Amino acid sequence: MLDAGPREVLDLPLEEAIACPQCDALYHARLPEDGQRVVCHRCHTVLIAPKRNAYLRTIALSVTVVILMAGATMFPFLGVNVSGFSNRASVLDAALAFLDGGWMATLSVLVAGFIVLIPVIRSALVIYVLLPLVRGRPPLPRARQVFRWTEDLRPWSMAEIFIIGCAVALTKVADLARVEFGPAFWMFGVLVVVIVLQDGLMDKWTIWKALEERS
Amino acid sequence: MESARREILTARECGLVACRRCAKVWPIAQTTCTRCGSPLQSRDWRSLQRVWAWLVVGIICYIPANIFPMLRTQVLFNTSESTIIEGAVELAMHGNLPIAAIILIASVAIPMGKFAAIAYLAWSVRRPERLRPRQRHRLYHFVEFIGRWSMIDVFVVAILSALVQLNFAASIHPGPAAITFALSVMFTMLAALSFDPRMIWDQTPAERTVHE
Ligand SMILES: [Zn+2]
Ligand SMILES: [Zn+2]
Repeated sequence: MLDAGPREVLDLPLEEAIACPQCDALYHARLPEDGQRVVCHRCHTVLIAPKRNAYLRTIALSVTVVILMAGATMFPFLGVNVSGFSNRASVLDAALAFLDGGWMATLSVLVAGFIVLIPVIRSALVIYVLLPLVRGRPPLPRARQVFRWTEDLRPWSMAEIFIIGCAVALTKVADLARVEFGPAFWMFGVLVVVIVLQDGLMDKWTIWKALEERS
Repeated sequence: MESARREILTARECGLVACRRCAKVWPIAQTTCTRCGSPLQSRDWRSLQRVWAWLVVGIICYIPANIFPMLRTQVLFNTSESTIIEGAVELAMHGNLPIAAIILIASVAIPMGKFAAIAYLAWSVRRPERLRPRQRHRLYHFVEFIGRWSMIDVFVVAILSALVQLNFAASIHPGPAAITFALSVMFTMLAALSFDPRMIWDQTPAERTVHE
């Protein structure tokens, strides 16, 4: 898909070049058809991957993330029942489990960030960046800074790891107690799928280009 | 591989510098990418110091994470403590082999493998011979992708401690290993994120000696 040979790359105006962020290979940047991808020849990093209606769909998914997370933190998440004793825990309870351990409280802040705050903040930042673009307006003030944060927070958003952690924890508890699944559990499950879809839709390169061209 | 290599020119070979964030290309003298506002550096050799620093802190935090208990379990009047490995062994003894395997892979194999992989990558880019860049880059990708998943055990402890609070019948509390383990995972993630993978591919002496 990248059809420029090395010599042609040299003659390109800089605006039409793209360098692989992972291995520095230089290519002629050409926007592929929606749904197709431009991949670096030697390290196979995806360079450009535009999707149809990506901005609008990403915004819709981001709104969904915020709503589902609000639900997932408010409704009961899991419950256990052993011979008359029962207990329920919400997602926030899980994050706050470390609060009674003195300096372990730091861990509560981190866990709450990884599973609740960062996914929500990222979604809010994405909406801030993409909403003007989808309406054909110039980006909002500091949109570039905001998009940089969105990218920097990506590895620290760990909702999908949390749900696997739940699966592991439940098999541990299953032997000694009866487990009840609250509505928040299913909301969180859907949330994980939505976050994965959202990340798959966003193409860094087209967004940076749009931010540059429209400001 | 040699033929594949000759078809590719790097931004550095063309006297250009690429933005690692937005992939835009600039003349080599440019210091900031005006498209995304990131600082530009053709090769970030100083990043190696950050990689080693984060890695060392990550390894240091991993030691107490294995010595101190991860969980304190109280059933009726018996209190027992278990470290990461004891927890996995206990699961295996109960016949829960797949889950024991998940815990062992996420909490022992991945962190140890990550320490070795990051150290190897940071060491290898300083070597004069450039062995198998493709494989080393794949290793880097893998380390970057898999690192976050070590956090599973911390979340397991969080859920168990929140859920199993049944008065004196049974209760579970987190042990001090939970925080050092979480810190170890975070520091190694930072080590991997600090690494500049473009250094893996530099092959000609010219590409490599111009640094600093
Ligand atoms: Zn590449
Ligand atoms: Zn840039």
